[in-house]
Amino acid sequence: MSKYKVNLKINNIPVSVDEGTSILEAARTLNFTIPTLCHHDDLCVAGNCRVCVVEQKGNRVLPAACATPVSEGMEIMTNSLKVRQARKHVVELLLSEHNADCTKCFKNGSCELQDMSNDYRIGDHVFLDLVKDRERVKDISSPSIEKDDSKCIRCQRCVRTCADLQAVSALAVTHKGNEMKISTFLDKPMNDVVCTNCGQCINRCPTAALTERNYIDEVFDAIYDPKKFVVVQTAPATRVAIGEEFGMKPGTRVTGKMVTALRRLGFDKVLDTDFTADLTIMEEGTELLTRLKEALVEGKEVALPMLTSCSPGWIKFQEHLYPEFLDNLSTCKSPQQMFGPLAKTYYAEKVNKNPADMVVVSIMPCTAKKFEAERPEMRGSGYKDVDYVLTTRELGMMIHQAGIDFQKLEDERYDNILGESTGAAVIFGTTGGVMEAALRTAYEIVTGKEVPFTNLNIKPVRGMEGIKEASVKIKDVKPEWSFLEGVELNVAIAHGLANAKVVMDKIKDGSANYHFVEVMGCPSGCIGGGGQPMPTNMEIRKQRAAGIYEEDEGLTIRKSHENPEVQEIYQSFLHEPLGHRSHDLLHTHYVPRKRH
Amino acid sequence: MTRIEEFVKEQAEKHGRDRNSLMPILQAVVQSERFLSEEAMVAVATELDLSTADVFGTATFYTFMDTFPRGKNIIRICKTITCHMKGKDAIVDTLEDMLKIKLGQTTTDGKFSLLQANCLGWCHKGPVMLINDEVYPEITPEKAVEVVSKYLKKG
Repeated sequence: MSKYKVNLKINNIPVSVDEGTSILEAARTLNFTIPTLCHHDDLCVAGNCRVCVVEQKGNRVLPAACATPVSEGMEIMTNSLKVRQARKHVVELLLSEHNADCTKCFKNGSCELQDMSNDYRIGDHVFLDLVKDRERVKDISSPSIEKDDSKCIRCQRCVRTCADLQAVSALAVTHKGNEMKISTFLDKPMNDVVCTNCGQCINRCPTAALTERNYIDEVFDAIYDPKKFVVVQTAPATRVAIGEEFGMKPGTRVTGKMVTALRRLGFDKVLDTDFTADLTIMEEGTELLTRLKEALVEGKEVALPMLTSCSPGWIKFQEHLYPEFLDNLSTCKSPQQMFGPLAKTYYAEKVNKNPADMVVVSIMPCTAKKFEAERPEMRGSGYKDVDYVLTTRELGMMIHQAGIDFQKLEDERYDNILGESTGAAVIFGTTGGVMEAALRTAYEIVTGKEVPFTNLNIKPVRGMEGIKEASVKIKDVKPEWSFLEGVELNVAIAHGLANAKVVMDKIKDGSANYHFVEVMGCPSGCIGGGGQPMPTNMEIRKQRAAGIYEEDEGLTIRKSHENPEVQEIYQSFLHEPLGHRSHDLLHTHYVPRKRH
Repeated sequence: MTRIEEFVKEQAEKHGRDRNSLMPILQAVVQSERFLSEEAMVAVATELDLSTADVFGTATFYTFMDTFPRGKNIIRICKTITCHMKGKDAIVDTLEDMLKIKLGQTTTDGKFSLLQANCLGWCHKGPVMLINDEVYPEITPEKAVEVVSKYLKKG
């Protein structure tokens, strides 16, 4: 931002802001909220919904506050009579094309258009009802995302999200005038196009035009079925975000309350995806070292850099856009999908349950996990490994429905086994976390010493920069790893698929020389996942990330290989990383998909 | 490589592969194929490294870029206000009657599609009818039948 200051008055209060600031941002500095719909802090300016219009002295028309930069001497009124009337009309016009069946709507109570209509006490419909697509059947082809055009107000947040943050553009603006709509290629079902199911569009949709497929009733049915033994696993990123559903600050650590709430909802056992995150590190770390050995010692053709495989949106992105790099993806299943088959084999045996009677539910910050659980490869146990995937938001709804006062809950601990985890697993929830966890373990396997960073905090891989690069020099290795002596391990970390695309293009044209690349499909990683509480913006995601790192620092065990349950499962069941059983249960393969 | 893929590649070589080239390439395809098939749009998206939804979005913005096949002759009646006031409805009624189709439809023999168009820039001589690239200003129901009959005979 330029250093030149611009002086203006907003509602007669003088203010001085940087040149280039929008009227909207300038008003925020004075604590005036101008309502917005198409505007989103993560996205470029669109200026198409017009609810943010303000009055400018000397200007005949009302400029849009989000799209108009401040200028010297400007006098702005954000709530004049003219503004109020115009704004009310804009909302009424939007409603005239919106299927306002609010009481039946999934977003009832969390809809930005509904809130606005409520704020302005919009009563009777002033304009003709012009909803075109009310009778049109919702697109429910995808197991992750539902699209209902009758709810769409064409703000295009989803289109900008899909293009600018995710570089996918599965959704685009099509047709024009009164026919204009948000559509896929040839209006095909969402499941048949390049959509990665990341759900970032859902996070930013102000109405219910894009929502997750919810499985709340199915899960309650399973809980109430006396024949079913229902176990639940919770992803790392959920524990620093679920509190937001109950009015708590983003990043508040509520792990213990979440466990209590799950138990009160009636889940038979409350277990932790963090356990399998630790297991992922054992498998993936070993896989990386094996690949390096094959490349450096045996001179084999090995696919390097190795790419992480925890993020199912990223996986589908690769399958569509870079199918020639599928061998580079780690064969490790994501922690969710490692948990499923272990629950229905190892765990079922330990607790003496028939896996056929077991139901595995996951609580995930992610909508793509719903798709992942449906993949035909994910039946390593002989059953569907993970039965239902709920987002953090859906869990919030269940807790509300059950009348549990979340804020007042006592902390409880996870059940074991499959409930023990480490700080390394917790940080899986944010960008750079998988890399840091992998380095903590791999470095120690190779050298017998802890990573050379203060307090195990590998700062260079942390933070919200889109693409991070780091090198770790490996020194004083154990004899069996002598080939790694002095090697500089080059790593890269990307979050958000647009950044991942930049990294992939560098790998493709040979301009990058990485050994290991971590990609999380969503901006800021899983804490910014498509299933996380709304709203989202960089500030909120930073607070959640801070919560994750606090959780890590607060745990006594912070390296995956030191997790006693992990050590136990290798001793009694899996025997060794990349072993025969691991191969059957914990590893997978990928399928090339159409680019278009 | 299919014929369309080759054609699109040639056009990409000619016009370039940046986003600005999307329009001239789409226009060339429409010129040659009369409409943008799914195959053609996929080929364009592949050549220019765009998403197909983007290509589809651009194509559907323009009235003269069809994304599905139309009749051999495309009749467009200007629907904007001047032509409307000068009686374009009567022209539409007459042609619907003559061709036994409704606006937006194509005759079963595939010879004619009857469509409306936004302003064609002939307000001073409305109502105006466009058949393929031929303009017919100051059209009356009788003249419309006469003109369309000529195309009917030409086949």
